[in-house]
Amino acid sequence: MTQLLDIKGLDIALPANSQRPLAVSGMDLQLSTNEIVCVVGESGSGKSLTARAIMGLLPAPHVRVASGEILFNGEDLVKVSDDRLRALRGSEISMIFQEPMTALNPVMTIGVQIDEVFRFHQKMPSKERRARALQLLHDVQLPDPEQALKAYPHELSGGQRQRAMIAMALALDPKILIADEPTTALDVTTQAQVLKLIKEMQETHGTGVLFITHDFGVVADIADRVCVMQNGLVVETGTRDQVLRHPEHPYTKALIGAVPDLMPRPARPRSDETVLKVNALEKTYRSGGGLFGGKGREVHAADDVTFDLARGETLGIVGESGSGKSTVARCIVRLNDAEAGEILLDGVDLRPLGRAAMRPHRSKIQMVFQDPFASLNPRTRVGKIIAQGPIMYGATQQDAKARTLELLDIVGLDARAYDRYPHEFSGGQRQRIGIARALALEPDILVADEPVSALDVSIQAQILTLLDDIRERMNLSMVFITHDLRVAAQVCDRLAVMQRGKVIEVGPTAQVFADPQAEYTRQLLAAVPGKDWFSKPDAPKVVAAAG
Amino acid sequence: MSLTARRARYVVKRLLQSIPIVIAIVVLNFFLLQLAEGDAVDVLAGEAGSATPEYMAELRAKFGLDQPLSIQLAVYLKNVMFLDLGYSFRHEMPVSELIADRVLPTVLLMVSTITIAVGFGVFLGLVAAMGLNTWRDTAISIFALITYATPLFWVGLMLIVVFSLNLGWFPTSGMENFAMFYEGWDRVWDIAHHLVLPTITLSLFYLALYTRLMRASMLEQAGQDYVTTARAKGVTENRIMFVHVLRNALLPVVTMAGVQVGALIGGSVIVESVFAWPGLGMLAFEALFSRDLNLLLGIFLLSALLVVAVNLVVDIVYSTLDPRIEVN
Repeated sequence: MTQLLDIKGLDIALPANSQRPLAVSGMDLQLSTNEIVCVVGESGSGKSLTARAIMGLLPAPHVRVASGEILFNGEDLVKVSDDRLRALRGSEISMIFQEPMTALNPVMTIGVQIDEVFRFHQKMPSKERRARALQLLHDVQLPDPEQALKAYPHELSGGQRQRAMIAMALALDPKILIADEPTTALDVTTQAQVLKLIKEMQETHGTGVLFITHDFGVVADIADRVCVMQNGLVVETGTRDQVLRHPEHPYTKALIGAVPDLMPRPARPRSDETVLKVNALEKTYRSGGGLFGGKGREVHAADDVTFDLARGETLGIVGESGSGKSTVARCIVRLNDAEAGEILLDGVDLRPLGRAAMRPHRSKIQMVFQDPFASLNPRTRVGKIIAQGPIMYGATQQDAKARTLELLDIVGLDARAYDRYPHEFSGGQRQRIGIARALALEPDILVADEPVSALDVSIQAQILTLLDDIRERMNLSMVFITHDLRVAAQVCDRLAVMQRGKVIEVGPTAQVFADPQAEYTRQLLAAVPGKDWFSKPDAPKVVAAAG
Repeated sequence: MSLTARRARYVVKRLLQSIPIVIAIVVLNFFLLQLAEGDAVDVLAGEAGSATPEYMAELRAKFGLDQPLSIQLAVYLKNVMFLDLGYSFRHEMPVSELIADRVLPTVLLMVSTITIAVGFGVFLGLVAAMGLNTWRDTAISIFALITYATPLFWVGLMLIVVFSLNLGWFPTSGMENFAMFYEGWDRVWDIAHHLVLPTITLSLFYLALYTRLMRASMLEQAGQDYVTTARAKGVTENRIMFVHVLRNALLPVVTMAGVQVGALIGGSVIVESVFAWPGLGMLAFEALFSRDLNLLLGIFLLSALLVVAVNLVVDIVYSTLDPRIEVN
């Protein structure tokens, strides 16, 4: 192993009036051939900016390297000319990004975009370029390389796009591959495949990989060495085993402690009282077609979905994107209209009710949304956001205000939040506001649609605890939508696994984890990153038995 | 199905769909014009100065204006079906002949205006976005603001004063010099010479719009992730700007251009009046004041057809530029 990259005392300066003067300060990091170094940290830790600094892709002139060296084979990348940097980028050092949809140009074919890498670095006849591009797409295991060459990004799935990105990055056999959260936007089974691919490619080419991630599961699966960052500082570096097994810095300990266990929570007695019963729910999305016919596309988002929810229990609906889990949630709350089936709440079928008839039932079933940034009106004060519901249902201003203050307290926010606007709060705090808003109408059922997937792992743990606590205190029943089996294991009493609009398995969480019946459930469980690392040592290895 | 076959199918489908739309527009226009006070007979009588009620009734009967509205509409629709747009009593000519005479000058003016406005607008927007916050950007933004804020007729008059009267470079009005009896290329040259000032006047306003739109669109696209990817690949800045960003940035401009072709016919009335350009705008203007409803309806119908056709062309251009939009 020879050293490829040596970062010494790197400082990255932020614009004058930012929260802190340096995004990254005094960073040291080494990367050698044929190793994978994971840089882990929560949002705002400076991990992505470090990656960009190596590529010379910082958003200049606002953000720039203030001091320090980035030595690539002895050449300081901070000081080299723009032309030299451009020559290195894509040939010696290349990069893949988080969101493969936006990272590819939507109006150019994959073939053209791969071809650019060859064209701008080497003189090569176009026939040879094409042959090499084809070979690359073949190497990253795209199903039909010929077709993929001619395809536009939107014609590929998320996983396929990321494979194409990897092909592009590896086109000229670079010495360093920088991967900036390359699997965060992917489904768990796809993520497992892409991680495997990156590892394989790294091994065959002897590439040094700098892998940026927030997910300790991913770290456990692929890292050789780990570098933990907090607020721009490297707090701990070491081999994977050192850092994961024997973390020294309290922050590392806290982060690893916050990774949800893949051990299902202990089973609780189930109440006999059923509060919600969903029977043979159907929802189809149609697109295309029109006045003069023409076959549009049909997607069966909910296909014969049946489940019930007992008082006080949390039912998890798990599945990958496109499985229909969010559609089901939205149909239950009547944000979307299902075409057939029953939604029985206290014996009343909500599905066919009109707007007015639905109103008295609305307060009983409330929703917490995924994106705490988009789901709160940026022009309305927090107090009003929460109090609006009760006022609409006839509460007086004073009562609504008292209730709101009480709720703010319950979700762990200061009473001063009442007169603030949502943008003044962090993601986790906003999600607390969202929860308080949902609770304001004193619902019987809370439907939470991926309530923690936009949050950092340490915040996730807090919100999950809060939700559990509230469910306990208010005797709520909860439908909890998630794609993350770790999260599901933490909060759900029972699980319904969905795939392509169908519920393929329902059962108590522990049972589903220990003895999955459906093949797809087994795949999902096997794909959870780092599954063998973060189980309590004294607990039986349920997952190992399943895989 | 191949792309060409799909396109052809799409065009046929869209043309079929446009039939009910056009009929609806005709009916709507017909009733809209009935809302206006007075008819052609009132105007004729007013101009003659001494028409008796009996004579006016006789005229109305002759023009078919004494029939109930529904019958008038049915007759009109039937005639339109056979491509007969009726007779202009004012001009004493069939409407279709009148329009046929005037449509070419208008189309000529429109096409040259759109070409120049979009072409230069895209160019200026590009230059401004590439030199963000430099003097070029500022100069272009000020130019766009001034041309956008200046009334069309005033620009037209000033151009005439400066370039026609003082400098004598361009003719003051009209489309060609009939007195010279030019033929062949001489005539083309003569018309082009007459076309310069009206086109500049009309395109200045739209030019400002496209410049600003293009600048904003370029800046927005330059911040997208795929630009970072292209940089990470080691692609040159020129290639990033002119290939990656430009193509994406053009999409909103194309949409806007499609919408504005319709508005152009309206905007050309002023320019046609200032430069005595013998186009549809002028004709519509005259027809409105003489309550020549047949002629107006004919012009409206033609504009509707034009807008429908242009929209179809824009949609096809758009699907070529943006592979995400499928024609089917």
